[in-house]
Amino acid sequence: MMFKRKEKFVPAKPVEAPADLPADLFEAAEQNSSDLEYIARKHHSALYDGWIRLRKNKAAVICAVILIVITLFAIFAPILGQYTYFDTNYKAKLKPPSIEHPFGTDQFGRDQWARIWYGTRISLLIGLVAALLNLFIGVIYGAVSAMIGGRVDAIMQRIIEILVGVPHLIIVILFMMILPPGVGTIVIAMSITGWVNMARLVRAQILKLKNQEFVMAAKLLGTSGWKMIMKHLVPNTVSVIVIQIMFAIPSAIFTEAFLSFIGVGLAAPKASLGVLINDGYKMLRAAPYMLIYPALAIILIMVCFSILGDGLRDALDPRMKH
Amino acid sequence: MAQQDNLVVVKDLARHFVLGKDQVLKAVDGVSFAIRRGETFGLVGESGCGKSTLGRTIIGLYDCTKGSVEFDGKDMKDYKSAAERAELSQRMQMIFQDPYTSLNPRMKVMDIVAEGIDNHHLAKNNAERTKMVIQLLEAVGLNEGHANRYPHEFSGGQRQRVGIARALSVNPDFVIADEPISALDVSIQAQVVNLLKNLQKTRNLTYLFIAHDLSMVKYISDRIGVMYLGNMVELATSQELFDKPLHPYTQALLSAIPLPDPKVERERSRIVLEGSVSSPINLPNNCRFCTRCKYCTEQCRKEVPPLREVEPGHFVACHMIK
Amino acid sequence: MSEKKKLLEVKDMYVSIHTDSGVVQAVRGVSFDLYEGETLAIVGESGSGKSITNKAIMGLLPIGGRIDSGTVLLGGKDITHYTEKQMRDVRGAEISMIFQDPLTSLNPTMTVGKQITEMLMLHKPGMTKEQRKERAIELLGMVGIPNPTERFDQYPHQFSGGMRQRVMISIALACEPKILIADEPTTALDVTIQAQILDLMKELQKKINTSIIIITHNLGVVASVADRVLVMYGGKFAEVGDLDEVFYDMKHPYTKGLMESIPILHSEDQDLYSIPGSPPDLVKPPVGCPFAPRCNECLKVCKLYPPKTHSFSEKHMATCWLYDERVKGAK
Repeated sequence: MMFKRKEKFVPAKPVEAPADLPADLFEAAEQNSSDLEYIARKHHSALYDGWIRLRKNKAAVICAVILIVITLFAIFAPILGQYTYFDTNYKAKLKPPSIEHPFGTDQFGRDQWARIWYGTRISLLIGLVAALLNLFIGVIYGAVSAMIGGRVDAIMQRIIEILVGVPHLIIVILFMMILPPGVGTIVIAMSITGWVNMARLVRAQILKLKNQEFVMAAKLLGTSGWKMIMKHLVPNTVSVIVIQIMFAIPSAIFTEAFLSFIGVGLAAPKASLGVLINDGYKMLRAAPYMLIYPALAIILIMVCFSILGDGLRDALDPRMKH
Repeated sequence: MAQQDNLVVVKDLARHFVLGKDQVLKAVDGVSFAIRRGETFGLVGESGCGKSTLGRTIIGLYDCTKGSVEFDGKDMKDYKSAAERAELSQRMQMIFQDPYTSLNPRMKVMDIVAEGIDNHHLAKNNAERTKMVIQLLEAVGLNEGHANRYPHEFSGGQRQRVGIARALSVNPDFVIADEPISALDVSIQAQVVNLLKNLQKTRNLTYLFIAHDLSMVKYISDRIGVMYLGNMVELATSQELFDKPLHPYTQALLSAIPLPDPKVERERSRIVLEGSVSSPINLPNNCRFCTRCKYCTEQCRKEVPPLREVEPGHFVACHMIK
Repeated sequence: MSEKKKLLEVKDMYVSIHTDSGVVQAVRGVSFDLYEGETLAIVGESGSGKSITNKAIMGLLPIGGRIDSGTVLLGGKDITHYTEKQMRDVRGAEISMIFQDPLTSLNPTMTVGKQITEMLMLHKPGMTKEQRKERAIELLGMVGIPNPTERFDQYPHQFSGGMRQRVMISIALACEPKILIADEPTTALDVTIQAQILDLMKELQKKINTSIIIITHNLGVVASVADRVLVMYGGKFAEVGDLDEVFYDMKHPYTKGLMESIPILHSEDQDLYSIPGSPPDLVKPPVGCPFAPRCNECLKVCKLYPPKTHSFSEKHMATCWLYDERVKGAK
């Protein structure tokens, strides 16, 4: 019953009317018609409300800031640093962290600082590609399937089921065997199934919206086709899309790291966080920092995306709306 | 009742939903009636009786399984070309039940009301569009200040009035009001009903008013049809129906309404209906009411009673009334 | 009736609900009593605080809601600051509640019989398993469910809406509570089913002498079941009195407006009065009388200061400036 809050709210006790009220106050008052439909609350859109809610969620805001900082480092650190990710220096191999090499060097004397930021860049790039795939293939596929309905919808859903049914890893490994290893191959492999969840979620949401009265009203007013999708259906699917993207990105990063770790990912000297962890794992005894820093980087990225995703879900979910 | 007086003629209209193998939900099953130009036709019945489905089938949101609807002397199916369909969409509009789902939460009131104006190019420029929207808002008792707000900032009654303004934006002749007041508070119900009555006078509207609250239906309607499980069981002018209900179901329905008058309530004896409405799935061909009717005979269990005119303008579907 | 025992006393209750769009001052100083064996109807529109008041009594406020001040006395005991554990003993045994939607208030994965016996198990530990089953079947029969022995083993989805509400009533009455709070018990039901449920409630009250608080916006329902009526508006109480006093001699302009906005069934066409405007947003409640902006008898003072409560008879009171002696031609 007792809901704890930091700031204690004290309800305004009613102002007691003084005993000596002037007599003219007891005359009939004029009623102002604008008072009748007065809305006391400040007005803003539902998305703005979501932003306000997100802002209140400290953890999510901190995670967003960390992700921005990591992204900036991933973009600029490899460019601005004095070392590159591929230059070897056998005089300085397996150096522990120092001012010269903040994250140490590996067994070929490559600067781990540059390699980790480069790896982060690759990982984030893969996350970005996953997000774009979700956005373009997933959203459009789901929307079209739900909008057309009937037989087309049934066929499109069967296709998704087949894609889901084939084990993801097997396809990826097969691709790796045919195509040269690299970011491109991983992206192609992921694009086969990466958008399926999004397509399903968007389809479900649009099917739900199609039965809502505002969509029927729009239909009766003559809104159709493209206009219907862009004005009524997609804007009300935005929260689902944003949240799904926030969960798809870390999952893609993790898939890539996993592939690199089992050795079917990128080839040396290219580096992703998975490759770095794999290298560090091999050198665990001699140079534990080689495992710790990339592992910390990937954990930080994953955790931040998860918390931010959760925060966004709470902020955008219309069920939270009163 | 000359033919040309009728704006909408519904002939033997049926809408069945196939739920699965051997499962057919006959939501509307062979209903015929006509709505005269300028009148308010009330449609009442309990939940599941098909009154909302009937409304949606008449306006074309659902395809009809059988039968036809004529609008202004022309079968709805003959409004084929784009121009004819646009004409139909301007002349027939609908007001929805749920003020919370009938407005797109991502659109401002201005754009919600202007949707029909935009679709049918009723405004020459932006200034005229704004002017038209404000006029519509004022017609429903709102004002200019409300145009830039989002639906969630409004109370239920205010939202319902936005929905009315939206329906009126294309200057329709015929408006289907699908339970427009059942989600509203008592004081607001009277407001909305009075508003609809005034708009009918100033804009020459014809209404199909669907509701389950009989007292409000009586107040607004000229003629009333009572539905039970997909069939029309009684049709009469509203005064006649309330003074001299003939069908046993109508009698029970009227007797069940609690009146806001304690003295009357203390002395009143009710016709209490045993049991509840039978499931509308796989209905047999008999009088739908026979499971709860105390006058039920062998004939009622075998044949569907036709809707017959027993007195001028008073139709009833019951074997027992001669 | 005045010598009857007070069962429940609510004194000067303030409840606020903390939401993202601000603090909603849902209940602002509401007091009322409930006597033994009576039916009190609480009437008001959505947002008037009628539901929140009763949820506060039951300790079932939504997330972010809390009682800021005021006391709830149940049979003389102060239950305002009971812990969740203590409240659990009160709920069901002393105060029960039934809700608007019987489908969401029943557990869909449990048989109806199990849900009743569970309640008995919680509050009547002395009963054996057989006794509980026997009592549950008796209860199902009492609320008018045909074939209670067979129905005992069925799931909620096998019941119709009206039957589910009967099951809810039987669960609520399982431990013979002194008070039954019915929050819009018939709003989701059809008129013919509503009539059945109202008759059942009246009949059961005679049989087991429970006091009932019925929350509703349907004045017809009020007229057919209530002994006393409490009208709420904008989180405050507007008028309280015996059924006939409130229906035939209403004092508050809001009550008047409410009565006039229902069409009378058996009469010639008349124009229907409607209260203009919309109810206040309780994030920023008006300083004066909450009804002032919509009132057709509004005085200048109404918009500045909250009105005092005036008594018209032993039980009939209204909170309105119109009855102040300083008003010219005061009533």
